[in-house]
Amino acid sequence: MVGDFVLSILAAGSMTLLLAVTSLILATAIGLAGAFAKVSGNRFWRGLAGVYTFVVRGIPDLVVMLLIFYSLPAVLNQGVEALGWNVHVDFSPIAAGIATLGLIFGAYMTETFRTALLNIPKGQIEAAVAYGLTRFRIFVAIILPQLARLALPGFTNNWLVLAKATALTSLIGLHDVMFHAKGAAEATSMPFTFYLVAAGFYFSVTLFSIVLLSIVARRTAAGIREIAS
Amino acid sequence: MNWDVIAENAPQYVQGAKLTLILAFGSLAISCVIAIPLAFLRNSRVNAVRYAVSAYTLLFRGTPLLVQLFLIYFGLAQFGGIRASFLWPWLSSPLVCVMIAFVLNTTAYTTEIFAGALRNIPIGEVEAARAFGLSRWKLGTRIFIPAMLTRSLPLYGNEMIMMLHATSLASTVTLLETTGVARRITLDNYIQFEPYVTAAGIYLTITFVIVSTFQIIQHRFAGYLNTRTG
Repeated sequence: MVGDFVLSILAAGSMTLLLAVTSLILATAIGLAGAFAKVSGNRFWRGLAGVYTFVVRGIPDLVVMLLIFYSLPAVLNQGVEALGWNVHVDFSPIAAGIATLGLIFGAYMTETFRTALLNIPKGQIEAAVAYGLTRFRIFVAIILPQLARLALPGFTNNWLVLAKATALTSLIGLHDVMFHAKGAAEATSMPFTFYLVAAGFYFSVTLFSIVLLSIVARRTAAGIREIAS
Repeated sequence: MNWDVIAENAPQYVQGAKLTLILAFGSLAISCVIAIPLAFLRNSRVNAVRYAVSAYTLLFRGTPLLVQLFLIYFGLAQFGGIRASFLWPWLSSPLVCVMIAFVLNTTAYTTEIFAGALRNIPIGEVEAARAFGLSRWKLGTRIFIPAMLTRSLPLYGNEMIMMLHATSLASTVTLLETTGVARRITLDNYIQFEPYVTAAGIYLTITFVIVSTFQIIQHRFAGYLNTRTG
């Protein structure tokens, strides 16, 4: 019986990983857009990105999640009612989870990518412009490869925090590792055992990610000379 | 929109915000005291000591705080020995469990921040102190600890914000801090928007105050670390 519960918790790992990876992709996309908005010459975009990162990083993850899962549909439904339409807006836990984590970590990614962008020597961009490269070519051939290297430590850190933050979605009813651990804990008299299994799952994700991303770091840093210390 | 409910429940929010601040600064204060010696042990020359401290920080930084909290609050009841012990009246209280979980968690992060700062103290400062004949105790209290703490300020500011936000998890074990109050008002009044927005506004305000205060503190106490230009 204990074995069945353990298996059900570990099987839910696929849900946790799906949520984590999808949110990571969304967060990276938002982060790139946000970083370019922050370094752009346009005051409107810069201001918008500034407000976004300030507000999202100033509110706890859990509260952002409750706002998206409960408050946003409530407001949308009021609006829909006022328009006289006969529809009811509701978010599934997975959609709310991805939106929440994408939005929160998009703000952290914005800061990570912005710092990395500022560390790319300006002369390289000027040289590329002088050679007549299009903006797209400059992005793909000059900015992106260096961004990947410079942003990797911060990116790794954001991912590690994100993977752990997925546990919160069990509170809005997403059937992830934590949700199944809670179910098993309540069905048996062994809460410690099953929460420990969940802890073990998150810990192995952390360890695996650290190893994997250090290999990636070695590859992206190929050909970069470190200052001898 | 139904802001009257929020106005009626304003005293509850004040109580909630108070508990949020107590939880955040209480656990930060306790963990700061524990993390200072741990940071030295984290850089100890004795392998066993160094590995033991790293194992602790890795475990607590590598698992979600929510899991740690549930392990302590729900998990400990599994052991008859603990339930029969004189500690049980404390260990069955949500407030005590939350504080234990928060302190264990934030101490792990703070230890790493301090230990990293300790490694970055220029060796010249230490050599100079030794050349002046400072005892080991004076070397620690006059050189290592102040230099470590001032160098930690920027990262420690982040950790304070993280801890402030982590206190919202206390609402999952029935505590009525800011998020808990918001949750209760949504359930009592069947409104989903205003209570959470109010809670978000409270956190945003506290975050803003902490960030601004930290900039002043950093300017005052860690200003000597800035490179002088011109």
